[in-house]
Amino acid sequence: MTRAFSSGPAPHMPAPPTVAGVMTQVLIALVPGIIASAWFFGPGVLVQIVLASGFALAFEALFLRCRGRALQPFISDGSAVVTAVLFALCVPPLAPWWVAAIGMAAAIGLAKHLYGGLGQNPFNPAMVGYVVALVCFPAAMTQWLSPREIATAVPDLAAVLQAIFTGTLPGTLSIDAVTRATPLDSLKTGVEAGRFVSEIRQSPVFGDFGGRGWEWIANAYALGGLWLMYRRIISWHVPVAVIGSVLLISLPAWLLDPGANPEPLQHVFSGGLVLGAFFIATDPVSGCASPRGRLIFGAGVGIITLVIRRWGGYPDGVAFGVLLMNMAAPLIDRYTRPRVYGR
Amino acid sequence: MILDEVNAVGERLHRFPGGLRLRHHKQVACQQPVERPPLPAVLVVPMRQQAGPEATPVVSVGDPVLKGQLIGGDPSGLGARVHAPSSGRVTAVEQRRIGHPTGQTGTCVVIKTDGLDEWPPTEPVPDWREACAVDLQAQIQAAGVVGLGGAVFPTDRKLDGGRAAGIHTVIINGAECEPWIACDEMLMREHPRRVVTGTLVLMRAAGAEHGVIAIEDQMGAVGAALERAAVELGDDRVRVVRIPTIYPEGGERQLIQTLTGLEVPAGGLPQDLGILCQNVATADAARAAVIDGQPLLERNVTVTGNGVARPRVLRALLGTPVGELVTAAGGYTPGAARLVIGGPMMGYALHDDSEPVVKATNCVLVLDQAEIRPTQPEMPCIRCGECARVCPARLMPQDLQFFIRSGQLDSATDIGLEACIECGCCDAVCPSHIPLAEWFRHGKAESRHQARERAFADRARERHQAREARLEQAKAEKAARMARRKLKLVSDDERKRQVARAIERAKAAREKQAGAPPSTPRDGEPDE
Repeated sequence: MTRAFSSGPAPHMPAPPTVAGVMTQVLIALVPGIIASAWFFGPGVLVQIVLASGFALAFEALFLRCRGRALQPFISDGSAVVTAVLFALCVPPLAPWWVAAIGMAAAIGLAKHLYGGLGQNPFNPAMVGYVVALVCFPAAMTQWLSPREIATAVPDLAAVLQAIFTGTLPGTLSIDAVTRATPLDSLKTGVEAGRFVSEIRQSPVFGDFGGRGWEWIANAYALGGLWLMYRRIISWHVPVAVIGSVLLISLPAWLLDPGANPEPLQHVFSGGLVLGAFFIATDPVSGCASPRGRLIFGAGVGIITLVIRRWGGYPDGVAFGVLLMNMAAPLIDRYTRPRVYGR
Repeated sequence: MILDEVNAVGERLHRFPGGLRLRHHKQVACQQPVERPPLPAVLVVPMRQQAGPEATPVVSVGDPVLKGQLIGGDPSGLGARVHAPSSGRVTAVEQRRIGHPTGQTGTCVVIKTDGLDEWPPTEPVPDWREACAVDLQAQIQAAGVVGLGGAVFPTDRKLDGGRAAGIHTVIINGAECEPWIACDEMLMREHPRRVVTGTLVLMRAAGAEHGVIAIEDQMGAVGAALERAAVELGDDRVRVVRIPTIYPEGGERQLIQTLTGLEVPAGGLPQDLGILCQNVATADAARAAVIDGQPLLERNVTVTGNGVARPRVLRALLGTPVGELVTAAGGYTPGAARLVIGGPMMGYALHDDSEPVVKATNCVLVLDQAEIRPTQPEMPCIRCGECARVCPARLMPQDLQFFIRSGQLDSATDIGLEACIECGCCDAVCPSHIPLAEWFRHGKAESRHQARERAFADRARERHQAREARLEQAKAEKAARMARRKLKLVSDDERKRQVARAIERAKAAREKQAGAPPSTPRDGEPDE
């Protein structure tokens, strides 16, 4: 009469999504932005993604092996690929192959496995990789392509591969013809040279409300980010705080002195702010966990970004904003814990 | 102020933090009326079916028993009495497994039933509406009534503590938030008058003025039936409130927050707010004890899940083996894979179906493979924060598990470990499949253990210090005694010397009188 059954802990429910599932959703949400980037800057974007992903997985395997861990399930959890794709979207499309190699070695080795692997990293791995590459190879990291609309020529796949792996372009394309300062570069150097923002904005690198091309890429990222919010993969706090703080601070500055300060939308839609707000600052591992903490974290990222853009040595400050706030995150979390029930 | 909130119950509902909206499967078991399964040949009645100490068997092997006869006494008054669920003969009093995930054993009285189901005459409280609260409580205690919602706390003790603290409102918890359980819903649907009467009995026993029966808004006609019953019984002090269906609002703290917006203070009880919470079935059991004089012998059990052929709610005698209930519900389907006592969120899996129904058994859930979590590797926490979002106690489970794992129990306690109600919401959403609630149960047990050890060490240290002080004092007293004795010796010598000097002086005086010149002059020693 008695019958035996399998045991297991509660809840006795079908499983929630897995870590790999979460990472896959993030990758899916990046698709619109990737398509837009590839449209405006050519196939180099895709080559960088493939390159970085390959290096990321190779380093992931290497470091897991070094730490004496099993490859599975970690190699397929998707976290290394997400790091790689975010990194690849931040580097210039024609950056030489060793930029991806160095960047991923720093991201996966230094930022992730040195601290204990998945879930243990205090800093955002993609941004650590990006900043290491930026500091070590400033020239290679700042040679951006012109967006399709104003480029004299968009390099095709063969030209891209040749540029990335040999460092030269085919004779039909010269490096000066394809690379150009980013909108934020132009703004920064222009303002420092004492020109008015309205004058600088006459340059063809600027579009309607952001950088030409960049503004549409930002829209595509925002689309993916909103989908992530809808799927509850990310909470609204960080993106709203990042973009909100940038708007809130740049608006009065622009109203007071429109000659020296770009309008708020310009800040949001040029450079890495939207990508950073939805996909980078929202990294749960290195960010804040409590809702109030996330608001403070996001606002910090926004403010630091603006400060670096205005007074710092780099045209864009999102990566530094994220890394600096990563440092503050544990402390912020400590002081923003929600009130426990009944206390 | 608190009373204002309670008076506003039903007009304005509040929202507790977190929680999950789960897909419900209650209707599956609600299709047929509640029936009694055939009388089992053997009943296995554990002596411990509630919080508090085990009852003491008062029958021996070979004794005949009648239905409702006391078989387990509660000499301490901290547990609950146990009665024979049917008539027959005691065939064993022994240790058996008592439906616990760890396979824990306890004393059980095994009764071979005689099929007569024979009652002795019962002794109800003569006029319960006039009876005093203490008498009602004594009757409820005699009947072995415990909370039937799952926590199985002895009802008389809750009433006792509540009356001492001052209760103005009795909340009857009809929110069965676990997705498959429907035994309370069936009880309210089939016997609304019994539930309302039970509410009034508990209100009288607690000295409360207000009664609230909280049900889920998806229970359809149940609310109207209860309201009609309240009108028929002519008592307008009992209100019925429909609340939205969000797991785990059946937890009394969440329910109180939903109804009043108030939080039970940390380390406190609902009675601190003047509220007594009891489950629907407990109210009915209290009613049966007081009005019918019947001890707690049976309860509604939901037998359901895709692993059961004809899911339904059964009125089962305590001690009925779980397997027989499933047989009465059509038996297992071929896909039956896991046997759970309780709901899918908080229930525990049994290894086999021989264990008996106890006072806490509200559901026998048989799930098939597709409905349970496949065994997957546990991944590191990625701090996604889903657990914190769904936590009804506003905890941050990701940090709690980190502290417990690394042995920092004090830090875990600081950030609210004790506020965890083990509802399992965090488990249900964790993408890393970390058994969070299990860690928290472990952490709580470990932290209580450490507190006990600490208290023990403190007591030992105090004892040691007291002993040291005692020895010290004895030594001091001894030294003082010695000093006094020495002083006495000294003064004895001194006296002798003084006497000797006096004799000397007297002798000298005599010699002087006798014409001799004075001999020794006074040597300056002070005379005392």
